[in-house]
Formats: sequence, C-alpha cells, structure tokens
Amino acid sequence: MSNFASLTRTRMQLALRNKMFFFFSVVFPLGMFFLYAGIFARGNPRAVSYFLGPAIAFNVMGSFWGLSATLVTFREQGILRRFHVTPVTATDMLASSLLANFVLTLPTISVELFLARVIFHVPSLGDLISLAALVTVGTISFGSLGLVVASVTNTMQETQVLNQIIWLPLIFLSGATFPLAYLPISIQHFGLFLPATYLVTGLQSALYQSFPVWKVSIQILALASWAVLTFFVAAQLFRWEPEAKIPRNAKLWALATALPFFLLGAWENSRGDILVQARAAFHSLEQPAKSDQTAPTEQPDKTSGRPAETSH
Amino acid sequence: MASPILQVENLVKRYGDVEAVRGVSFNVEEGEVFGLLGPNGAGKTTTVEILEGLRDPDGGRVSVCGLNPQRESEALKHEIGAALQSTSLPDKIRVMEALRLFASFYKRGRKPEELLKRFGLEEKRNTFYNQLSGGQKQRLALAMALVNDPKVVFLDEPTAGLDPQVRREIYDIVEELRREKKTILMTTHYIEEAERLCDRVAIVDQGKVIALGTPRELKAHSGGATRIEVRLSKPESNGALKNLEGVIDAREVAGTYVLHSKRPPQAIVSLVKHLEADGNELVSLEIATPSLEDVFIEMTGRRLRD
Repeated sequence: MSNFASLTRTRMQLALRNKMFFFFSVVFPLGMFFLYAGIFARGNPRAVSYFLGPAIAFNVMGSFWGLSATLVTFREQGILRRFHVTPVTATDMLASSLLANFVLTLPTISVELFLARVIFHVPSLGDLISLAALVTVGTISFGSLGLVVASVTNTMQETQVLNQIIWLPLIFLSGATFPLAYLPISIQHFGLFLPATYLVTGLQSALYQSFPVWKVSIQILALASWAVLTFFVAAQLFRWEPEAKIPRNAKLWALATALPFFLLGAWENSRGDILVQARAAFHSLEQPAKSDQTAPTEQPDKTSGRPAETSH
Repeated sequence: MASPILQVENLVKRYGDVEAVRGVSFNVEEGEVFGLLGPNGAGKTTTVEILEGLRDPDGGRVSVCGLNPQRESEALKHEIGAALQSTSLPDKIRVMEALRLFASFYKRGRKPEELLKRFGLEEKRNTFYNQLSGGQKQRLALAMALVNDPKVVFLDEPTAGLDPQVRREIYDIVEELRREKKTILMTTHYIEEAERLCDRVAIVDQGKVIALGTPRELKAHSGGATRIEVRLSKPESNGALKNLEGVIDAREVAGTYVLHSKRPPQAIVSLVKHLEADGNELVSLEIATPSLEDVFIEMTGRRLRD
C-alpha cells in the first residue's frame, strides 16, 4: 500500500514537470472547451451547458494518451526494470499511474465548470454526483485503455499510431465532436458500440439534463465494468523488460476489452433509450432557440418538457 | 559454516535458439566480492538477472539468501540491491526524490540523507536525473542499490562507459562495501577491475565458466608467465615462435602474436635474432605482467576485449 502511495505521488510530480502532460491535460482540453462554448454554442448559456458534456469528455478520454506514452517510455528506457528489482508489483505501477492521472484531471475539469458558470452563465451544472461518478469511472477506464495500448505496442511510434486509430472514431462517432443526434442514423447506431458514446451521453445527461445517478446508471456501470476489465487486461499484458515479447494471445486480450461494449451496443440498439435521450437533448436545444425572444416561457417549458422526453 | 549465500548450479538460459547460459555453476560465500569476468555476450548479465529474479531460467537451480528468485521473488527483493546495466530513471526526477521513492519500498534501510553524503551527491540533491553526468548517474545507481541495506548487492558492469577517474571512484565505493562485509556479485569485462576488486573470479565465455578461483590462483594457472605481444611486418608460424629459447607458448590473436615467457629478456633476444634471420621486422612490442587476460587467451585463444 505504501508503495502505491509513494509511486502515485512521484507520478504526479513527474506529470506536472512534463510538457506533454501540460499540453494534453490543460491546453488541449481547455482549447476544446473554448471551441465548444465560444464557437459551437456561440456563448448561449443553454448551448454551453449542452456542449459542456462533450468538452469534459475530452478531458476524460485524453487520459489514454498520456498514460500509454509514459508507460512505453518507462519500459523503453529501462526505467521499469529498475522498479522490477524492488518489491514494487505490476499492480502498484499501473494503479498508481491511474490514480495520479485521475487526480490531475480534476483541476482542468473544475476550471471548465467554473468558467461555464461564471463566464458563460450556464444556468446549472446539473447533477454533480452523476458528473463525479462518470468522470471517475471514465478517467480510470480510458486510462486503463492507455495502459493496454502501451502493452500491445513496442515503441513510442507504434503506440502513437494505435492511439490515433483508437482516438479518431472515439471522438468523431460518439458525439464528442458532433452531437450524436446530428450524425447520420447509421452512425448513431454504430456509436452505441463505442465506450466514448456512453461517456459523452452520460456527461451530457448529468450536466445538461441534470439526470440523477440512477438515470445514468447504464453509463456508469458500463464504464465501471470496462475499467475493471481493461485494468485486468493491462495487468495481464504488463511487461517490465523492453525486449520482452508481446505475448501471443495479447491481441485476443486487447480485443476482449471491446467485448462489453459489443454486447451493450447490441442491447442498446435493440431496446435501449440512450439514443432517444441524446436526440431529446439535442432537440430541446433547438426549441428555445426558435423562441429566443420569449425568454420567460423558456424556463417552465424546459422543466415540464423534460420528464415527458425521457419517459419513452 | 553456513551454506553459500548465492548458489548457482548448472544454470541454463535460452533465447529462442541461442543458448545464452550453458550450464553455469558457482557459489558465493557471505561477505565475498565475486566477479563474473568475460567478454560482452558471454552470459554474465543473463546470469545476474536470473539471480535478481528478473528472468526465468530454462534449467538448473539457483538460490539467493536461501530463497528461490523465481518463486520467492517478493521476499528476495527485500534482501537484494542492484545496479542494473541498461536502466534509467525518469528524466525529471530529482536525485533526492529518487532515493526517497526507492527507500519507501522497503521496510528497513539506510537514510537517503546518509547515502547522499556518502556518494558525494549532496550538491546534486535537487538536480534532475537527466542533468547528471554519467559518473553521477552511476553513483546514484549505487546509492539506490544500497537504499534497503541489502545482504547481497548485484553490480552489473558498474564502470562500463565511465572515464578512468570516475571508475576509480566506483572502485573506492566497492572496496568500502567489502569492508562492510557486504556480499557482492559483479560482472565486468575489465581485467583490472576483476583483479583489483574481486576475492574470487569466474571467467565466463560463451555461456560457460571456463575458470574459477582467486585472481592469484588463476594467474598461477597460466604459469605466471610474462606476456609479450608483438606485431610483425610479415606473418610468422606459431610453431617457429614457440620453439624460440625462453618462450613457453606462442599464438596468434587477431593479427598480434602473443608469447608467454618466464625469462622475458632472453625470449626477446631470441625473437629478434630469429626475425633478423628470417628477414622479418618487428612493428611493435609490448610486455605485460601476468593478468587474467592471459588466462582468457590461454583458454579461448581470443582476447577478452576486441
């Protein structure tokens, strides 16, 4: 336990001295936030609230860039093998990097929430418990995905290529960049097979529609069980030595991390209501825009409209 | 007498089709400084890394402090300290942070502060790892190997790539550890290092121990003869050189003729005469006192360092 604590501390110190960390965890997510709030939402408070979910999803998903890059660097440079001659275990190494990353993700997210409220006058930050739960399971699960990526690649270059391959569909087909309901129907259905979609819709429901925990329980449970699975796979595939070969069954293990969302996607596509909710949120954004001048009626409309939207 | 603190019996390790270690056996007693001397690729590092629990052997039996490094690696890691060969620390970790971090992994140990002083790193305590010189990095590596006050210390090529002055600093540190009765297993391809630091040396070549004993015993084994190394303008037959007066043995090693002699002046005189008669010329001549290099040349027909 003390190994875990001291490693976590060191990992945080090292991250704060790392320029790449600063870019991926501060500059890039904040840039996305201003892009969404200032340009997509044009500063309209309700629209900013709508886009706050996708913006925060970038903070959360960005975890896997930093974690995969650091782990591969540590292995390539023989840093991990130095730890291997100490009592430190693979679980200590992996879990400490996840916790350090989680803690360091929070300040930027807090700043974004603060800016949304103070500069963009978002009416409410929604359900903070749902938000906290989703940020937690999201950061840990996407972080673990990074650890798996580091274990199925041998060099930094390979890692970055695989990261790109994973990253692009995650951000474009999940509603993180373009709202899910705005994408072609077929892509909306495909999106339900991606973990990112559950993160984005969950965050959006929590922030924009103020969904309490039980209404985003599918997203929370899906990401939580995915976190457990990917962490387990990362621990199975962990290699201390730079020249250690990738185990033969590594690809199968890596594919196994996609299994929960394969099943969940099939179920959601046939009878789930995540898509329905996402579309409802998207359309509710358009409605008050039509009656922009009649601002006073906006409030009651929204509150009365919401239960009806979500009941189907 | 207690059983040896390190036991290696018939150790075998393969990498694919290559047998890196082919039946290595040796024991190290408590408090001994034991050296594995051999050229690069002889299997020294592999042997050490199996003892550290970093690699699994394919055959044979090893025990360290009475523990099996593979099955009891958890317990073993509290007992050993290691300076690995190809390793590093994160660029942006400070010297003191690294010592504190590694100290936190053990139940017992020495104070990081004390190690800092002892290894002359006090001024560097807040320096980032990537700003240290090679010698400073190596001193930090040694300090880190002692952070848990281990029973056995593994030093894998502790002076490789360091300049002579830094190398001497490392020698002083090892000698100090010897005085503290630490058991040390070190690997090296420097003969002077093995002769100077080690109580006993195993000469390793191509995955096998080809000679084992104290440096003195090993040198006596080679007949205690002086080595005369000559380069000639024309090739000469080994047989003719061997028959010269005062020469015990002659062989050609990578273009140089290596003669062994107990009466060097006589050997040189007869060599020069022979060459004159032959119309051959002496290009260079070097005389070396007996060293482990002679043992290695004798056993393998090759030089330790090429």
